[in-house]
Amino acid sequence: MSRAASDPRARPARLQHHFESLEQQSESGKLGMWIFLATEILLFGGLFCAYAVYRANHPEVFVYAHRYLDKVLGGVNTVVLLTSSLTMAWAVRCAQLGKARGMSALLALTLLGGLGFMGIKFVEYEAKWKHGLLWGKRFQPALHEEARSGQDPGPPAADREPQRSSRSPDPGVERSTVPPSARGPRGTVPAEVARQRAAYARRDEPPRNVQVFFGIYFLMTGLHALHVLAGMGAIGWVLVRGLRGAFGPAYYLPVDLVGLYWHLVDLIWIFLFPLLYLVH
Amino acid sequence: MSTAEGALSVPRTGARARGEDYLTRERGFLSWALTLDHKRIGVLYLFSILAAFLLGGVLALLVRTELLTPRETIVGPDTYNKLFTLHGAVMIFLFIIPGIPAALGNFALPLMLGAKDVAFPRLNLFSYWLYVLGALFEVAAIVTGGVDTGWTFYTPYSTTTNTSVVATTLGAFILGFSSIFTGLNFIVTIHKLRPQGMTWFRMPLFLWGLYGTAVIQVLATPVLGITLLLLIVERLLGVGIFDPALGGDPVLFQHFFWFYSHPAVYIMILPAMGVISELVPTFSRKRIFGYRFIAYSSIAIAVLGFLVWGHHMFTSGQSGMASMVFSALTFSVAIPSAIKVFNWLATMYKGSIRLDTPMLYALSFILLFAIGGLTGLHLGTLATDVHLHDTYFVVAHFHYTMMGGNVMALLGGLHFWWPKMFGRMYSERWGRIAATIVFLGFNVTFLSQFLLGSLGMPRRYYNYADEFQPLHATSTYGSYLMAVGFAIAAGALIHSLFRGRPAPANPWGANSLEWHTPSPPPWDNFPETPAVEDPYDYSQLVYEPSVGGYVKKTAPAGAGS
Amino acid sequence: MNSASLFLLRSLGAAGSVEGSSFWLPAPASTLAGKVDWLFNAISLIALLFLLLIATLMGLFVWRYRARPGRPAEPAPSHNTPLEIAWSAIPLAIVCWIFWEGFQGFLELHTPPQNAYEVLVSGQKWKWLFTYPNGVVDENLHVPVSTPVRLVLSSEDVIHSFFVPDFRIKRDAVPGRFTKAWFEAPRPGEHRVYCAEYCGTSHSDMTAKVIVHPEGEFQRWLDSAADLLDRMPPAEAGAKLFVQRGCKQCHSVDGTGGIGPTLKGIFGHEQVLRDGGRARVDEDYLRESILDPQAKVVAGYDPVMPTFKGRIKDREIVALIEYVKTLR
Ligand code: HEA
Ligand code: HEA
Ligand code: CUA
Ligand SMILES: [Cu+2]
Repeated sequence: MSRAASDPRARPARLQHHFESLEQQSESGKLGMWIFLATEILLFGGLFCAYAVYRANHPEVFVYAHRYLDKVLGGVNTVVLLTSSLTMAWAVRCAQLGKARGMSALLALTLLGGLGFMGIKFVEYEAKWKHGLLWGKRFQPALHEEARSGQDPGPPAADREPQRSSRSPDPGVERSTVPPSARGPRGTVPAEVARQRAAYARRDEPPRNVQVFFGIYFLMTGLHALHVLAGMGAIGWVLVRGLRGAFGPAYYLPVDLVGLYWHLVDLIWIFLFPLLYLVH
Repeated sequence: MSTAEGALSVPRTGARARGEDYLTRERGFLSWALTLDHKRIGVLYLFSILAAFLLGGVLALLVRTELLTPRETIVGPDTYNKLFTLHGAVMIFLFIIPGIPAALGNFALPLMLGAKDVAFPRLNLFSYWLYVLGALFEVAAIVTGGVDTGWTFYTPYSTTTNTSVVATTLGAFILGFSSIFTGLNFIVTIHKLRPQGMTWFRMPLFLWGLYGTAVIQVLATPVLGITLLLLIVERLLGVGIFDPALGGDPVLFQHFFWFYSHPAVYIMILPAMGVISELVPTFSRKRIFGYRFIAYSSIAIAVLGFLVWGHHMFTSGQSGMASMVFSALTFSVAIPSAIKVFNWLATMYKGSIRLDTPMLYALSFILLFAIGGLTGLHLGTLATDVHLHDTYFVVAHFHYTMMGGNVMALLGGLHFWWPKMFGRMYSERWGRIAATIVFLGFNVTFLSQFLLGSLGMPRRYYNYADEFQPLHATSTYGSYLMAVGFAIAAGALIHSLFRGRPAPANPWGANSLEWHTPSPPPWDNFPETPAVEDPYDYSQLVYEPSVGGYVKKTAPAGAGS
Repeated sequence: MNSASLFLLRSLGAAGSVEGSSFWLPAPASTLAGKVDWLFNAISLIALLFLLLIATLMGLFVWRYRARPGRPAEPAPSHNTPLEIAWSAIPLAIVCWIFWEGFQGFLELHTPPQNAYEVLVSGQKWKWLFTYPNGVVDENLHVPVSTPVRLVLSSEDVIHSFFVPDFRIKRDAVPGRFTKAWFEAPRPGEHRVYCAEYCGTSHSDMTAKVIVHPEGEFQRWLDSAADLLDRMPPAEAGAKLFVQRGCKQCHSVDGTGGIGPTLKGIFGHEQVLRDGGRARVDEDYLRESILDPQAKVVAGYDPVMPTFKGRIKDREIVALIEYVKTLR
C-alpha cells in the first residue's frame, strides 16, 4: 500500500479524485472484484447446498435422471468455455503489453466462445423442453416417451403408478404405527413402497420424484447461463472501449476485472458439469 | 493530498464560507440524485430510512391498536396479517439493515478514515438507487394487495398464499444487492483508502463495527438472494424445491433463510455497537476502555454469527444433534457482546460524564440491549426455547435488541453527527425530553410482551385469550407513548434545520477526524490533510465558549473550528 | 425500574387467572414442565442479576462522575487484561452451564418412554385432528392421566406448530414428514392447544383442548367415541368410518377416479371384474370386498386393497354398507 505523494498537476486522466495513485486505484478495483466474486460463489453456494441435500435425499433420482442429459453436448460446452477462458486470459495479457489489436481480437473470440456456449445450451434446453423433462410441475415424462418412440406409448410410466396423496410423508422416514385418519389402514403404504422399490430394481419404472433432478438442473444451469450472458455483456463493453483505444499498459483495469469475472463463470461450470452430467 | 480541481478552493481557516460546503456547493434535484459524494448519498439514505421508519412505525401502531382488544378492533384477520408482515419487512429490509451503515456509515466512514470518499463512489450511488428500486417494489406489493407471509416467508405457506409474495421478495432481493454493494465498498475503502498513519488500531471503533458489518453483508446476503430467487421461481414456475408434494423440502427454506437472517441481526447490532463505542468515551471525556478487545469482539461476533442460524429452528424437526450444536454455538456469541458491555461501563468509570442527548440514547442502548441480549439466553437454551419459540417472548427479545439496540444507537448517532451533517445544533432540551419519553414508552411496550410470551401467548395472533388483554393493552398504550417521543425527536431535529444555532466544528469535543473539519464539511471533506491522531485522546480539547464548541488547547484553531 | 414495572403490571391484574400459575409462567401441568420452569427461573435470575449489576454501575458512574466545572476526567487505565479476561470467562462459564442444563432438558423432551400411548396429530388449515389407535378421530386431544403420551405430528397443507403452554411443549407439524413430541400429565384437567406457526387467516383460531381424563375414564371416553353406532344412525356413522378408516383415500364418492373404483351410484348395479366376470353390488359383495378384497377386483384396478379382516366389527361393516347405499 505505498502512497507516492502525487503531484496534483501530474494526475493521470484515469485517476479518480479520491485516489492518490493509479496503483491504489487498481488495487482497490481488484479487491472489490474479488469480494464481488466471493458473493457470486456464495450465491451459487446456496444452490450447491440444495443439490447436496437433494442428492442425499434422493440418490436414486440423480442416478436415474442424469442419463437424460447429453454428455456429449455438455462436454463440448466445457471445452468451449475453457477455451474462451484461455482467450480471455490472453486478451488481458495483450492489454498489459499494450497490444490493442490483439486484445480486441481475443476479446471477440471470447465473446464468440460465450455465444457458442449459449447456443449449445439452447439446443439442450430445447430438447428437454420437447421431451417434457422439466422441473416440478412441468415435468411430463409422457412427452418424453412419445418423443422417443414416436408411437402411442400407452399410459405413461408415471401415471400408471398411482401417486400417493400428494402430501403424504416420505415412506422412508420412521413413522407412526397408528393408521392416520386420512391415509388408509395400516398396510397400504408399505405394500406400495415395496412394489415401488422392486420396480425400481428392475429399472423398468422411473423412481419417484424425478422432477427434483430437473428442477435442480434448470436452476443451476439457468443461473449459470444468466451469468454467462452478463459476462458476455461485460466483454462486449470492454471490447468496444478497447476498440476506441481506452486501454494501454498503464490502464487496463476493466479488462482485468472482466477477465476475473469470466474465469469465475468458467469455474462454476467446471463444477456443474460433473455434478449434473456425470453422476454415479 | 491536495486536489486537482483548482476550482474547489476550500476555506483554509475557521469561517465557513456559505455555499462551499457539500450541502450548498451544488443545487438542484439532479445534483442530489446523481451525486457521487458519500456525504450526500449518506444524507439521501438517511431521509429514506427515516421515511421507512415512519412507515414501519405507523404500521406498528396499527398492529398495536388492533391488539387492544382480544377480538376485532379495527381490521379483519387478513388485514392484520398483512400489517405485521409489512411492518416486519419494512422495518428489516428498508429501515434497519441499511440503517446505520448506509446512512451514518456512508456519511462518516470516509471522514473518520481521513479519506476523500469511499472507494467506489459510482457503485455507492448505484446501491442507493437499487435501494430505491427495491423500496418501490415493496410499495408496489403493498399497493397490489399486500403480503401476509410474515417477514420470514416460510414455505409452503409463502408458495401457496395468493398475496403479492413475488413483488415483496423481488424487492427484498434487490435490497439485498444494494446492501452487498455497500458492504463491498466499505471493505475496500477500509483496506485501501486509509491515509498515512491511519493504522488498523488507530481506527475509531465505529469503523471496526462497520467493517465487521460489511463482512457479514458481503458473505451472508448472497445466500438470501438465492433463497428469495428460489422462492420466486418456485412460485412462478413451480420448481418444487420447497414443495413436499414434488419431492422438495420445506424446512430447507428455513435453513437458507436463517443462514442469512441470523447474521443479519448482527448486521443490525454491530454498527450500533460501533456508534456506542464513539458516544460513550466522547461524553465521558475518557479514552475508551479495552480498545483491542472491543475491536476484536466485533470480528468475533461477525464470524460466530454465521454458525448459529439453527437456533431459530429448535422446534422445526431438525435433528436433535443439530439443535444441540446450534444451541452451544449460540451462547458463544454472548461472550463478545458481554465484553463490549463491560468495556463501555469501564469507560465511564472516573470519567466526566455529560448527559447530552446522544449519551442518553447510548445509556438507553446499554440497558435495553442488555435486556434483549440476556433474554436471548432464554431462547438459546434448548429446553426453554421449546416453550418460548414463536411467542411474544421472542417478539419482545427482538424488539429489545433491534429497537432498544439498533434504533437507540441510530438515534444517538444521528443526534451526534447531526451538527456535522447539517451544520445546525438542535434543541438539547427537547432532544433529552424525547430520549426519555422513548425510553419509558419502549419499556412499557415491550416489557409486557415478555410476560405475554412466557405466559404462552403465541405471536402473529389476531385473536387472543381474554386473560391476556391487560398486558396487551399496556403494550399498546406504551407504543403510543413511544410514538410521541419519536415525534418530539423528529420535531426537534427538523426545527433545528431552520432555526438551529450554527454548529461549531466540534460541538462535543470528540477527537476522531470528522471533527477536524468544518460543519458541514466541504465537498472534499478536509480543507487540509488531517494529521491522524489517537481518536480517543480528549486531553488536548477544551471548550471554547466563543465558538460554542471544543478547540485544540495549544494549536491555533487549525483544522477548522 | 425493571422490577418496578413488573410490579406495576402485577397490580394491573395482568397475572392471569389460571390457578397455580406463577407471575410469568402458566401453571405447570406436565411432568417435565417443572424442570423447564426451574431452568427458566434460573436463567431469569442470572439475567436479572447481571442487569442489576449493569444498571447499578451505570447509575453510580453517571452520578458519581457527572461533569462538573473544574472536575475533568480522572486518569484511569485504558485497559486491564486480567479484568477483561475475567469478564469474558465468568459469562462463559455461566453460559456453558445454562447450555448443559438446557440440553439435558431438551433430551428429556425429545425421548418418550417406551410404553408411551400414541396419538397421531394432524394439522390443517385451521384445525387439529387427533387420531387414536382404534381409529377414532377427534378435534380435541383426550389423554389418560399419568400416562406418557407420544404424539406423531404431520400436516396436510402448510407448516403448523403444536403448542401446549401448560405442558411447555411445542413441535412443528411439517407437510411431508413426521415429527414427534411427548408429555405426561400428572393431573386431570383441561389445557389449551395453540398453533404456534403462522399459517394464514385463522392461525390464531387454530386452537384445541387437551383433556386429561382421570384414571379409568379415558378408556370409557375412547370406547364411546369409537362406538359411533351408539351415537348416530348407521348411515351417518358409516360416513364417519369411511373417513376414519381411510376408505376415502382410494375410493371417491363423487364419481371421480382413484386408486380404487368410485362408490358413487354403484349399489345395485353390476361391475365388470378383472377376470372378465361380472358381479352385482349388493350387501354381500360389499362385505366380501372389505374382508377379502382380492376376491373380486373390478376391471381396470390393481389388487392392492388390504384386508380389514379382524380389524373391523360387523356392525361397522353394516354401517359402511348403509353409507354406500346413500351414494346415489
Ligand atoms: C439486533 C438484533 C438481534 C440481536 C443482537 C440478537 C442477539 C441474540 N439473540 Fe436474537 N433474535 C433477533 C434479533 C437479535 N438477536 C430476531 C429479529 C429474532 C426473531 C426473528 C423472528 O423469528 O422473526 C431473534 C430470535 C432469536 C432466537 C430464536 C428464538 C425462537 O424463535 O425460538 C434465539 C435463540 O437462540 C436468539 C438468541 C439470541 C442470542 C443468544 C443473542 C446474543 O447475541 C445476545 C448477546 C448479548 C448479551 C448476552 C447481553 C450482554 C451481555 C451481558 C449483559 C453480560 C452478561 C452475559 C452473560 C451472563 C452471558 N434470538
Ligand atoms: C427494526 C425493527 C423493528 C422496529 C423498530 C419495530 C418497532 C415496533 N414494533 Fe415491531 N416487529 C419487527 C421489527 C421491528 N419492530 C419485526 C421483524 C416483527 C416480526 C414480524 C413478523 O412476525 O413477521 C415485528 C413484529 C411486531 C409485533 C408482533 C406482531 C405479531 O406477532 O402479531 C408487534 C406487536 O406489538 C410489534 C410492535 C412494534 C412497535 C409498537 C414498534 C414501535 O417501536 C414503533 C415506533 C415507531 C414509530 C411510532 C415511528 C415514529 C417515527 C417518526 C415519528 C419519524 C422518525 C424520525 C425521527 C425520530 C427523526 N412489532
Ligand atoms: Cu396452523 Cu398456525
Ligand atoms: Cu438468530
